[in-house]
Amino acid sequence: MMGPNNMLEIKRLNRTKIWEWVVLSLMLASPFLFAERAMMINEIAITALFAISLDLILGYSGIVSLGHAAFFGWGVYAAGIFSKLVNPDPIVGLIVVMGSSLVLGLICSLTILRGSDLTRLMVTLGVSLIGLELANQLRDLTGGADGLQGVVMAPIFGVFEFDLSAKVASIYSVLICVLVLLFVRRLVRSPFGFGLVAIRDNSLRARAVGLNVSHRLMVIYAISASLAGLSGALLAQTTGFASLDVFSFDRSADVMLMLVIGGVGWLYGGVLGAVVFKLIQSQLSSITPQYWMFWIGLFLVILVLTGRDRIKEWFAGVSA
Amino acid sequence: MNTTQAQTSPQVVLSAKDLSKHFGGIKATQNVNLDIVHGARHALIGPNGAGKTTLINLLTGVLEPSSGRIELMGQDITNMAPDQRVQLGLVRTFQINQLFSTLTPLTTLLWVVSNKKGFGSKWWSPLGTHGAVLERCNELLEQFHLSDVSNQRVSTLSYGKQRLLEIAMSLACEPKVLLLDEPVAGVPSGERDELLQTVAQLPSDVSIVLIEHDMDLVFSFAKQMTVLVNGAVLCSGEPQDLAHDPRVREVYLGSTQIAGAEHV
Repeated sequence: MMGPNNMLEIKRLNRTKIWEWVVLSLMLASPFLFAERAMMINEIAITALFAISLDLILGYSGIVSLGHAAFFGWGVYAAGIFSKLVNPDPIVGLIVVMGSSLVLGLICSLTILRGSDLTRLMVTLGVSLIGLELANQLRDLTGGADGLQGVVMAPIFGVFEFDLSAKVASIYSVLICVLVLLFVRRLVRSPFGFGLVAIRDNSLRARAVGLNVSHRLMVIYAISASLAGLSGALLAQTTGFASLDVFSFDRSADVMLMLVIGGVGWLYGGVLGAVVFKLIQSQLSSITPQYWMFWIGLFLVILVLTGRDRIKEWFAGVSA
Repeated sequence: MNTTQAQTSPQVVLSAKDLSKHFGGIKATQNVNLDIVHGARHALIGPNGAGKTTLINLLTGVLEPSSGRIELMGQDITNMAPDQRVQLGLVRTFQINQLFSTLTPLTTLLWVVSNKKGFGSKWWSPLGTHGAVLERCNELLEQFHLSDVSNQRVSTLSYGKQRLLEIAMSLACEPKVLLLDEPVAGVPSGERDELLQTVAQLPSDVSIVLIEHDMDLVFSFAKQMTVLVNGAVLCSGEPQDLAHDPRVREVYLGSTQIAGAEHV
């Protein structure tokens, strides 16, 4: 009698909820619904993808990072330089960037296997600063402080050309963001994904039931780096520009804020956080260009002090 | 107590040979020799600071021994990583619950069983969609009285249920040798019987090493016993013999506890 019950529970856990279909449809429709804000949509989709990549290590695996911009920045410059010097095809560029970010992530994962949260924060921050300084110094390749200019992409599949209104760009970025979301959704519901949660909850026990914790962390760190690189590549390809700020501490910190706003360790937290953060940023910065960070800060303090659960309860109360 | 002993010499599944561990000048484990036979119910006792925890950490690979050897089913595992030892069948539970607090008993066991059955790194199909995995989980949930709470978050379970899950997880790893570290420690009396009964019904082909302070449990459960003092083996044998051993009385057992043992 318990068997079928648990079977039902598993089915319930794995079912795609109606609201998920709504969210995914809205995402796909957004470049058409808000065509006049295509630039904004493009930016949000890229940022959301970056946030999802961080959530894989921060929310699901419990690895804090203040330097995820290292992989984002790598993706930006690698995509820009690759299209300038080797091949301007965007899809080929994405594949090359994902592959190289994967390798970079695998190498960097060696630095986060041991140590406490604090050492991880410092090490990840350090890696992103190294990236920043390298991009600054390798002037011939990156353009240094002037930024990488003149990135011209070929049309996607040789058909869809990136236009000035950013319509194609926004569709392109949103589509890839949704694809990644579906991939990550698969991943976190699989035994592989539950292994990540097990490590986050109790790595001592995860090891004691036979999981090779280091190995699993290396794999997820590489995957996360690859997706962060992918989002960076989208930025370079859709804006045709790369500047040093893609490696900056602000970039790493902002994406962490977005996850905190949207919900850590929740598949859609990155998307929600990116949307809320970017909208607040654009609204507030048009009202008070100098002080918008003040309001973001206030919002965060209230959010964290109130507690997400209580906010959820309010919403549950309203919808009931 | 029944003292039947197998006629043929029983197969040794886990053995420590001259195992030592020094922390600087402190000798936490000194030349320990320990043989755990197939199907054993072997109690490991000793006063606080006797080196029980260090010995467990050496056996499971958390600590590296200063000298000596450890063999599992005849295979040298002295330098093997902890997770590899688990895969070979040397599994432990913890004195303080070590659970995955955000999962449920169902998802916890589904994951551990998937992992054991080699689906742990599968990323494409969702957890629990493998028939054999679900079947084994249902068995475990039933056996450990967790069926009625199988979909509750682990952090919300009562202490006794968490303790049951602690042991269920280790059994889900299909151990050949199971190290039970004080399985009933801290369990309130209302939930104690359920737990004792479950421990008593663990499969007989799993060899069990019981680290325990509760003498009632030791004398009712164990068929073999090893007493550790100051990191070394003081004596080894059958519990009721050791209970009368003057050395054991002196260093460890109080006279009232001996009286209790004689009732058993």
